[in-house]
Parts: sequence; C-alpha cells; structure tokens
Amino acid sequence: MNLTLHVWRQAGPTAEGKLVKYEAHDVEPEMSFLEMLDVVNERLIESGDEPIVFDHDCREGICGACGVMINGVAHGPEIGTATCQLHMRSFRDGDVVYVEPWRSRGFPVVRDLMVDRSALDRIIASGGYVSVRTGGTPDGNDIPVPKVDADMSMDAAACIGCGACVAACPNGSASLFTAAKISHLGLLPQGQAERDGRALSMVARMDEEQFGHCTFFGECQEACPKEISIDTIVRMNRDFLRASLKRGSHAGDAGAD
Amino acid sequence: MNWLRSFWNSTIGKKIVMAVTGLVGIGFVIGHMVGNLQAFEGAEKINAYGRFLHHTIGTELWIIRVILIVAVILHVVAAVQLTRLSNAARPRDYVRGRVPQVSTLASRTMRWGGLLLLVFIIVHVMHFTTRTFPGYDRLDATGSVDIYHNLVTAFSNPWWVLFYLVSMAALALHLYHGAWSSMRTIGASKPSAHPLKRVLPLLIAIVVAGGFVVIPLAVLSGVLR
Repeated sequence: MNLTLHVWRQAGPTAEGKLVKYEAHDVEPEMSFLEMLDVVNERLIESGDEPIVFDHDCREGICGACGVMINGVAHGPEIGTATCQLHMRSFRDGDVVYVEPWRSRGFPVVRDLMVDRSALDRIIASGGYVSVRTGGTPDGNDIPVPKVDADMSMDAAACIGCGACVAACPNGSASLFTAAKISHLGLLPQGQAERDGRALSMVARMDEEQFGHCTFFGECQEACPKEISIDTIVRMNRDFLRASLKRGSHAGDAGAD
Repeated sequence: MNWLRSFWNSTIGKKIVMAVTGLVGIGFVIGHMVGNLQAFEGAEKINAYGRFLHHTIGTELWIIRVILIVAVILHVVAAVQLTRLSNAARPRDYVRGRVPQVSTLASRTMRWGGLLLLVFIIVHVMHFTTRTFPGYDRLDATGSVDIYHNLVTAFSNPWWVLFYLVSMAALALHLYHGAWSSMRTIGASKPSAHPLKRVLPLLIAIVVAGGFVVIPLAVLSGVLR
C-alpha cells in the first residue's frame, strides 16, 4: 500500500519546525509503524536528505522509548500497543497519516519526533522508590502480599514511561504516569514506610515540571500501551489527601506552623 | 498553616477543593429542585415554603448561603487557576489536533458550561431572590413574596424559558461529569473493571435538570398558571 505522511520536522530544540509531506510507497501490512518509517528513512538517506529522527529501542512494546502522535491519537489507532507494536495493517492504501511528536511543556522537542522525557525521570527520582537494606535476596513469600493487591500493584507497575498519557491528555497531565508509580509501590508492604512522603513529593515534582492537572477525561487510560487504569489516579489523590491531612494534624500537634 | 498553603498550591489540592465544593453544589441542587416541585401543589404551598426559608429559619438560612457562596467562589477561583495551568502545560498544540477517544461531551464542556452556569447563578439570584428585574415585587395575602406569581410571570416569557432550558442542559452535563469525577478526585471511588462507566451520575443529572425544567415548561404550556 501507499501512504501520504505529514511528518513533523524540526532541526533542533530551538529551531522552528513544520510538517513535511512524504510519500511512503510499498508499505507492507505486516510492517510495524516504525519499520514503515525506517523504509521512508532509507529513501531519504539514499536521496541525500536527513532521515526522520524518532526514539525507539526494544521494538517489542516493553521499553517505552518509542511513541508518536498518529492522526491525533497517541501511539495510533490500536488499543494497548506502543507505536512499535502498531502494524500497518491498521491503515489502508491511500491513507493520509499525520505524525507529530508528543506535545507538552514538560516534553521539549529534541529533534523531529524525538522529545526529552527526563521530566518523568525527575518525578520518579522524587519518590518513586522504596528504601531497603541491601543484603541477601529475601525469601519468596517472606512478606505476605494479598493476591488482589499484588495484581493491582503489578498492573500499575506495567508502566513503561512512554509519556502517551501526557500526550493524549487535553490538560497535558502526567497524572496517570505519577499515579501508576504511587500505586505500584503504595499497594505493597515494602512501600508503606514512605507512602505519605512519596505521594506529597511526587505530586509536588509533577507540578513543578508544569504538567497539567487531572479532570478525568479518561483519554490517558485509552492511550496507555499498558492499559493502566485511571483508578490509579483515584489512589494517588487519596494518598495525597491523606498525607496532606496528616501533615496538617501534625502541624496542629506542634502548636504552631 | 504551611501545609494548607502547599495543599492549595498543588494541582491535586485545587482539584480536591473543586470536588468538595462541587459536591456541596450537588447537595444544594437536589434540595433546591425538590423544594421547587412544591409549585405543583399550588401558590399557597410554595409561598409558605418561601416564608419558612426566609422568616422561620431566616438567620440559619444565612449559614447555608455563606457556605454556598464560599463554595462557588472557591470552585470558580480554582477552576480559573487550573485552566490557566492546563493551557500553559501545552504551549504548542498538535497541528492535526488531538482526536478525543473516550472523553465525554460533558467532560469537554466543563469549562464553558461552568462559565454559563456562573452567569446563570448570578442572573437567577437577581431574578427570584433579590428580584432586581421589574414586575417581581408582588406580595401574597400573608404579606410575603408571591413566589408562585413570580414563577408564572417569568416563565410566561418564552425567552426566560429558553434561558433556563439552556442553563439546565449545561447543568445536566456539568453534573454528569462532575458527580462522577469529584468522587474520583477526592479518592473515594472503588477500583472498577470499567472505570469510565457511570450510572448514578447520569441519574442525578437527568433527575435534577429534569426536575428543574418541568416548572418553566409547565408554566409555558399552561399547566401552571
């Protein structure tokens, strides 16, 4: 099949970008979206042009490196897949496809379709961890975890940090990302000691990175290649509220604040 | 009060303030709607209800009013600030535009619908509470405000009916999203296999907006006169 692409080209972080039209010929339905871009790039290189820059790594949907806005939909039309696992059978001959980078103040464009997502790393660094004593590997089932909690925690831990939630959110919010990490750790016994501080500092960091707020549009959940539920955001808000109230009552105990 | 300041300065803190004040509003509109329906029991009944609110519990009514006024102010201030932050969070938008996948019309009209509701609240208070417009100062036999007469006067005018219908449509949309999302914002919702599904908020939206609009429609169609 043949497609017409409109791809965002931008030479550098401060350069002015624009959409450039490319004809993608001989696209096979079994190609992934990234492989289709590879073919377009081969031709660009052959003709002496700069290839389209895009992030990618594992190409099996588990690393979170890839991700572009395809016709206004984060990771394209297929549900629960990253861009690398989106196959060209989702498109038809003659389709016009707009390919743009994630748009967010927190994700400055590095070049073309590649954005800097280190804001997400800084959110994780602010509290997305548990502090444990190092030493020998603990025995399995040493700390009992209810099956339901383990499942919910695992579902949240599936986040690959691709940033599609931010890209798809009308508010440009990183709530689903932040909430996934807060839920992943907050559901496990090992995550309890730092649970309150984690909620407060990760939410504060998310705000500092100037991501938007959550109004429960639900678009993030639909865009997420790991289908993480907006229920994690409910949990984040509950943890944040509880931690704030605790801090308030402690401030009251101290007599002055 | 540092913790309170950092709570308010947080986007989630502001959203929780919006959710709680919104829930206060939901409680109010349900009560208001039920109270209004007494118009169908005749002038005597609805005027007596007004007399009860304004005279029997006149002082206590101010407690409710202050709570409602504070709730509206907090709700609006938080909404304006969050909207600004949201706009700043994506300084450059997609050329092709985002294509909504699952978000409801209700969720996407919260801001403009909310603005319309704010205008509605001001006009509505001027209309029936402070009775600022001419023709609404008649008293009934007991010497209190003739609410029933005011209803008939207002809703014999199709333009007023249209204004109230449009406003109540906005209220229905606002409630459909707000009643659902506020419970999630305060962290009260249980995990669900279908988190976007909502039944009770739909019911609240239809019953409340429906309960309000039957009065203008009943006057316009001559059922109440």
